[in-house]
Amino acid sequence: MRDTQSTKLLSELSRPGRRGAKIGPLDVPAVNIREKIPAYALADAPLPLPELSELDVVRHFTNLSTLNMSVDSHFYPLGSCTMKYNPKRNERLASLPGLLALHPYQPEESLQGMLRALWELQGMLAEIAGLHAVSLQPAAGAQGELTALLVAAAYFKDRNEDRTNVLVPTSAHGTNPASAAMAGFKAIGIESDREGMIDLNDLDRKLDEKTAVLMITNPNTLGLFEHQICEVAKRVHDAGGLLYLDGANMNAILGIARPGDFGADMMHYNPHKTFSGPHGGGGPGAGPIAVREMLEPYLPTPRVVKRGETYSLDWKKPKTIGRVRSFFGNVGILIRAYAYILSHGGEGLADVSRYAVLNANYLLAKLRDVLPVPFSKGCLHEFVGSASELKSERGISAMDLAKRLLDYGFHAPTVYFPLTVKEAVMIEPTETESRETLDAFADAMRTILSEPVELVQSAPHSSSVNRPDEVRAAKEQHLAWSDLSVTASKESIGPVSPSVASAGERA
Amino acid sequence: MSYLPHTLDDLRIMLATIGVKDIESLFSEIPEDCRLRRPLDIAGPLDEISLTAHMEMLASGTISTSQAACFLGGGAYDHFVPAVVDHLASRGEFYTSYTPYQAEASQGNLQVYFEYQSLIANLTGMEVSNMSLYDGGSAAAEAVLMSLSVSSKRRVVISSTVHPEYREVVKTYCANLGVEIVTVPSNNGVVDPQELQKIVDGDTACVLLQQPNFFGSIERLEELTSIAHAAGAIVAVSVDPVSLGILKRPGDCGVDLVIAEGQCLGNHLAYGGPYLGILACRESFLRRMPGRLAGQTTDRRGNRCWVLTLQTREQHIRREKATSNVCTNQGLLALRSAIHLAVLGPEGLREVAESCLAKAAYAKQRLTATARLTSAFDSAFFKEFVVRDACGAPGSLVADLLDAGYLAGVPLGQWYPELDDCLLVAVTEKRTRTQIDGLAAAVDFISTSKVSHARHAVHEASV
Amino acid sequence: MGIAIKFAKSHEWIRPEDSGASATIGISSYAVEALTDLVFMQLPQIGRHVKAGESIGEIESVKAVSDLYAPVSGEIVEVNASLPDNLEILGSDPFGAGWVLKIRMSNPEELDVLLDQTAYDVLVSGQGH
Repeated sequence: MRDTQSTKLLSELSRPGRRGAKIGPLDVPAVNIREKIPAYALADAPLPLPELSELDVVRHFTNLSTLNMSVDSHFYPLGSCTMKYNPKRNERLASLPGLLALHPYQPEESLQGMLRALWELQGMLAEIAGLHAVSLQPAAGAQGELTALLVAAAYFKDRNEDRTNVLVPTSAHGTNPASAAMAGFKAIGIESDREGMIDLNDLDRKLDEKTAVLMITNPNTLGLFEHQICEVAKRVHDAGGLLYLDGANMNAILGIARPGDFGADMMHYNPHKTFSGPHGGGGPGAGPIAVREMLEPYLPTPRVVKRGETYSLDWKKPKTIGRVRSFFGNVGILIRAYAYILSHGGEGLADVSRYAVLNANYLLAKLRDVLPVPFSKGCLHEFVGSASELKSERGISAMDLAKRLLDYGFHAPTVYFPLTVKEAVMIEPTETESRETLDAFADAMRTILSEPVELVQSAPHSSSVNRPDEVRAAKEQHLAWSDLSVTASKESIGPVSPSVASAGERA
Repeated sequence: MSYLPHTLDDLRIMLATIGVKDIESLFSEIPEDCRLRRPLDIAGPLDEISLTAHMEMLASGTISTSQAACFLGGGAYDHFVPAVVDHLASRGEFYTSYTPYQAEASQGNLQVYFEYQSLIANLTGMEVSNMSLYDGGSAAAEAVLMSLSVSSKRRVVISSTVHPEYREVVKTYCANLGVEIVTVPSNNGVVDPQELQKIVDGDTACVLLQQPNFFGSIERLEELTSIAHAAGAIVAVSVDPVSLGILKRPGDCGVDLVIAEGQCLGNHLAYGGPYLGILACRESFLRRMPGRLAGQTTDRRGNRCWVLTLQTREQHIRREKATSNVCTNQGLLALRSAIHLAVLGPEGLREVAESCLAKAAYAKQRLTATARLTSAFDSAFFKEFVVRDACGAPGSLVADLLDAGYLAGVPLGQWYPELDDCLLVAVTEKRTRTQIDGLAAAVDFISTSKVSHARHAVHEASV
Repeated sequence: MGIAIKFAKSHEWIRPEDSGASATIGISSYAVEALTDLVFMQLPQIGRHVKAGESIGEIESVKAVSDLYAPVSGEIVEVNASLPDNLEILGSDPFGAGWVLKIRMSNPEELDVLLDQTAYDVLVSGQGH
């Protein structure tokens, strides 16, 4: 029952003269555009945009949506992305006009309810982190990393310390070294040991008076707790460096262990993961950071402060690194996080992590005999299996496995990350999945492994497309419509029309 | 606990399968000295009814743009968002999916992003657009980093008429990269081409401009671009996408890089975010472009389809050598803007732009006819303009006008000390003649009477 | 036949010309195979002076990017400008038409520390596929 007509490209659906939204007649005097806008700035041709009816648009996007897998419709065990259920109440609450229809430059007295929520969220994130101060400004985890590293750079500069190096485990997410480079540091890799943990010997070799920061993900990208973390923190601190925690995996340790308590000096959160902000097809996220007291003066401005019963924005921070984005931050995502945290309370957040870890271990127990998991017998919120043997023995790669899972109605796990595991299959079920779902997923994996190799290698069979040619895409670089026929009629040649029509003319 | 599906039976079976006696045993790898042995000190849990009451209480503690007529701009605007945008974008298949790592499970999103790229390319007159960045400010910074990377130069020239917060973001991003940032002064609210001529030189990596600029004024974009190009600099311009309903596209003015805040294309004000960073450029800069890209290709069966492409530019492959660390983008807002542009079409966007132009012109005429406000600049403007407060107290005027039911304007003194008696006023297609007349009447009333009287009287006027 | 071909550990080959002053540089067939599905290549500017071990270009497949390193120091005097549009040649004729660039060596003695064919074969066989 696929509607292939409406999922043609908008440029193909366009018909000259067709209209969707219209703007009503003007209630102010018409102006002559040529008098108001200098000729050098006026457009001399109509915009080449598609012309569609509102129903065209509705049907196009509605049908396109059905070509996606999503948390609302499918189990989505995409490792390191924490694809948990996105509570619908948070959507409704974040859409209250008193929280949504607020302009960033409104006077503070008109924002008290919003500022209160943000102030309380700053406190909640500090408490969960075990750290002193929070900036809600960064727009995403990667920007949080950059912000924290810029804070570190400012801190060392203020102390007249010339520290140029940021140490990053080779198993870390690519944003870590990229953020380090953007902040003006040199990124230096730290190897993992045989258990998949930071290699303390390699750390010692690379720690010196040039070390500014060690960036660490804990639980790490294998879903394991770096059990030597306190020792790692001590060695970094003894060398005069700072410890940064990539909070991508906070869903495993909410209320269980706090980064500040195990030695981190700064960290970022991924609220769209840990605190259930919807992933939106790739974003928006948010990337609030928490830091120790000595780093607070360098945080971006503004932050929310409370004086008496009044909330306001604090701009007076002479040592601030400045802004990393315009306006306050990704407030819509932060408000959802605030509602999510309040829904759970302190003990409820710990339960989130307990059940996330339970689900991951259950799935691991059901799968480990068919999907070897290097490095560990248990895991926290996720685990990384390897299809390496499968590939060499039967020719089934991690990618084949991922594609065939789609046929069974499951989104694929993360594959080929982390880079330290060959043919990696990274599975994060999250706490919101039921035992039946996990059982069905495990059954599907087992079934797939008993299927004929050719069937798996040629999957997916049920989707609208099958294994897009990525080489062709990269070579041809076809990144926009090639053809939109713009055949505007006389009436619709907007930009050169002499004046805005008055009410009567437009009707 | 409301989102946890486990029954006691489930718990028993799962623990038995794993082979542990309780959940706590699963955390045994975490050393005791790392453990938190008390509940987090966080309020809650709140059930849905209590949470709703709490959030409604907070919401009632604000004055929203649905209660007060909004004349605030400065990069975020109270444009109309058609219902169709909210409706379609809230579909769970869009809302709760993630980055299209598995193309077969994400064809809907990938086609949307391809169409978004196409719409932005056509709107701006550029060859390629990425799938989005965080916001206009970080997009400006990314454009500057891109120019540094393409040119291998280390000097950046920025017009003082570029959004002050964007300039701050550029400065922050460049803090440790050995970059010299030079600001071009403005005259009568616009960049003087001769001033740019004096400042731009052969060492300049890029010139960053804004059209219409932060004051709402219209720059001589083509002329400024030619001057910068003559010196060998890359030209990046921040544009208001709505203005392109009537203004010449930046691509047609010869610029190399276009950035924009896409909030005005179907996205809510949301107290500053999440917004949409637009970035489009010439094809020759493609390999230095930050962010995700969707590309068209074919599958094994020969069907047209879409994938994430040119990923070797990105951090997950290039790591410390990547142009940018960008990972998540603003997919949902890109989707909203694609729907918005599709439903407006070229005619709709032209009508919105013309409506803004006419209403802003009317508002400026009415406001500058009051006893208290005069025009700060006589340069041409689109939907925003600067007025000077004869009493020299724009902050208190804004406060009084809020009492009267108006979000009146943005005081400029925080960024431009020389304009500390000025207000930036924005007028979108949503503002009515009644609201504009009411605002002007309120200004007059406040100027001539005590605030407590103004509150009462203007309330009547605006009803 | 000129002086024997040599290899860098980073999988570039270099073949000095008879005169000994200049040399042709390319990418070993092992490396091209390992990279799979090449989609892009960036060549250095002619006239650029480089040191041995310095990155002089990039080669990309869909999911990976590798630096191309100068096996010896010198000045880039010629590049195979048609190569980026015909990356298949790197696979089909890596030691012939698939040459990448020519360099005027400033210190030909650097050739001595590079691997000969036998040593390179050992290196490659150790790395496996």
